[in-house]
Amino acid sequence: MKHVDEYRDPRITRELGAQIRRTSTKPARFMELCGTHTMALARHGLHAMLPDTVSMVSGPGCPVCVTATEEIDRAVKLARTPGVVVATFGDLVRVPGSHNSLAAERAQGAAVEVVYSPLDAVALAAKRPDEQVVFLGIGFETTAPTVAAALLTADQQGLGNFSVLSAHKLLPPALAALLSGPDLGLSGFLCPGHVTTVIGTACYEPVARDHGLPCVVAGFEPADVLAAILLLVKQVEAGESRVEIAYQRAVKPEGNPAAVALMNRFFEPVDAPWRGLGAIPQSGLALRAEFAHLDASKKFDVSVPPAQDHPGCRCGDVLRGLITPPECKLFNTVCAPSTPVGPCMVSAEGTCAAWHRYRRED
Amino acid sequence: MGKPDTILLDHGAGGKASAELVGGLFAKHLGNEVLDQMDDAAVVDLPPGRLAVSTDSFTVDPIFFPGGNIGSLAVHGTVNDVTMRGGRPLFLTVGFVLEEGLPVADLERVVAAMAEAVQEAGVKVIAGDTKVVGRGQADKLFINTTGIGVIPPGLELGAHLARPGDVVLVSGSMGDHGVTIMAAREGLGLEAPLSSDSAALNGLAAGVIVACPGLKTLRDPTRGGLATALNEIAASSGVDMELDEAAVPIDPAVAGVCELLGLDPLYLANEGKLICIVDPDQAQTALEALRAHPLGHSAAIIGRCGGTKPGKVWMNTSAGGRRILDMLSGEPLPRIC
Ligand code: SF4
Repeated sequence: MKHVDEYRDPRITRELGAQIRRTSTKPARFMELCGTHTMALARHGLHAMLPDTVSMVSGPGCPVCVTATEEIDRAVKLARTPGVVVATFGDLVRVPGSHNSLAAERAQGAAVEVVYSPLDAVALAAKRPDEQVVFLGIGFETTAPTVAAALLTADQQGLGNFSVLSAHKLLPPALAALLSGPDLGLSGFLCPGHVTTVIGTACYEPVARDHGLPCVVAGFEPADVLAAILLLVKQVEAGESRVEIAYQRAVKPEGNPAAVALMNRFFEPVDAPWRGLGAIPQSGLALRAEFAHLDASKKFDVSVPPAQDHPGCRCGDVLRGLITPPECKLFNTVCAPSTPVGPCMVSAEGTCAAWHRYRRED
Repeated sequence: MGKPDTILLDHGAGGKASAELVGGLFAKHLGNEVLDQMDDAAVVDLPPGRLAVSTDSFTVDPIFFPGGNIGSLAVHGTVNDVTMRGGRPLFLTVGFVLEEGLPVADLERVVAAMAEAVQEAGVKVIAGDTKVVGRGQADKLFINTTGIGVIPPGLELGAHLARPGDVVLVSGSMGDHGVTIMAAREGLGLEAPLSSDSAALNGLAAGVIVACPGLKTLRDPTRGGLATALNEIAASSGVDMELDEAAVPIDPAVAGVCELLGLDPLYLANEGKLICIVDPDQAQTALEALRAHPLGHSAAIIGRCGGTKPGKVWMNTSAGGRRILDMLSGEPLPRIC
């Protein structure tokens, strides 16, 4: 794990912290777009290293958190369907739908399996030929290519009992929606390393050019995050707004065209619902018509009544950076990781979970 | 017909099959002059001092894992609980719940591991019981152990005794057991050299108890890991704590797998490590006493108690930041013990 330790080297991180404190004079408020950054900032206590002038706010970048309630309801409906096994990443099973989470359904006998990769779900389908295995495709451009790879494998193996219920989301349309909404008073974006590895930096250019907001792509180790914040601060101080990559060991400006091609082979953009942000045009991914045989929304009846969110849960405002979790009345009273009300408290990358675990005394 | 090679309901019915199991397997491995009397109750003599008694049921899944099995774990877990209150563990009772269909060979491996653990810990099994339940009513086998120990006169250890200024030590790397079980459960096929740290801590603890009259607290950070145990101590002693993340020993393989699975080793269970809180004057003595024992060779001083915010545990991160180290709450806990 040498590559990790290097970016945690306290001499480097402390020096970066000191440089940020020396450089910053103007108030600046940056949004981290990715849940992994939210967690890295909280877990390594990096907020405590920033000067009072610099604040960080979380955005809509936790894939579990932005999954809409109706999408959970659809998964629950599938899990209740006899002969169907729902395979999904662990976090998602505890997210409350309108009435129940997948975990609650499982406790009542529904077939819900936790897998670590979409390929595990394909293997599950091969092992259980008498059942229909449905993988819940959630996540951004980071995960969508791996789900496409699983679809490719299943298709090549001619597995008739594997399909995907796609609730994938695309980052650039959400970013555009965020910027066209109420003014969040932002000074720049800490951009997600993983997603950018796949789609490249082109999508940030309009943000920097038209909105005058610096965008810096960051990795996930403490030194990566601090180095990116330093670049953001320098741009703010100089009155500039450019796209920069502070994560050159992984990210190329053009992204990963092979991964994008694989994703585009199976998926096409559709309008999609986001928790907290509502419907955003062309912001989700659906399977292309020619792959209907791998599309759970075509193979099964997944129609559900209009979703009901918990009235007190303010995940939507948290996801847009409008409030911090302690401003939600339910935070730490009714809503805690053991009894989550909203997805932001469930996900390991959720902002409410990060505050609960690491920042209660802030 | 020879002996059956799986456990049948008959084995728990009290008849011939039960007798064979008890005589052939349990007595062979765990027998001693008290257990061999096979009477309704064990009768033993105790040295002077107060009794320390602890009971725990073990349901770990999988029952065999790198570094031990459910049998050795059931001995270590209870021996350690008695030890943490200053008790010198002397006796154990053991109850088995077996699922019909369990291979007898598996049971024998488990019981043999218990025998070895009992021997190493220097305790005796003085009473036991076995029940068999139908398929699906238990998962392979569950074990309950109760430990009985004697606290030497004058010794007082407890989670409520830490005071501001006291120094916090751990006896070795954190998270080994928890991560090993999770990796084994999920069949992750990781090549990482993981192994449970399951071990009896009475020998290690005895060294510190003798060396440090200023010892306040011993605690084995099992479920919930170091973070949870320290929060409990901070709350019951009414102190706060400040930890140095870089000082907490973590095995590189454990750190790597945790990174991969998104786990935090400070919340993962240990079954062969202890936390020790001592008077500041004796911190160095405690460190040396721990390091002198094979189970404590990577012991470290990791933090200090304070009096500003009772019940809180803070961590100065390796990166140079600072944050709260909270209790484990609500994480889905698999059966790790
Ligand atoms: S604290 Fe709970 S209820 Fe409030 S916004 Fe977060 S997840 Fe929703």
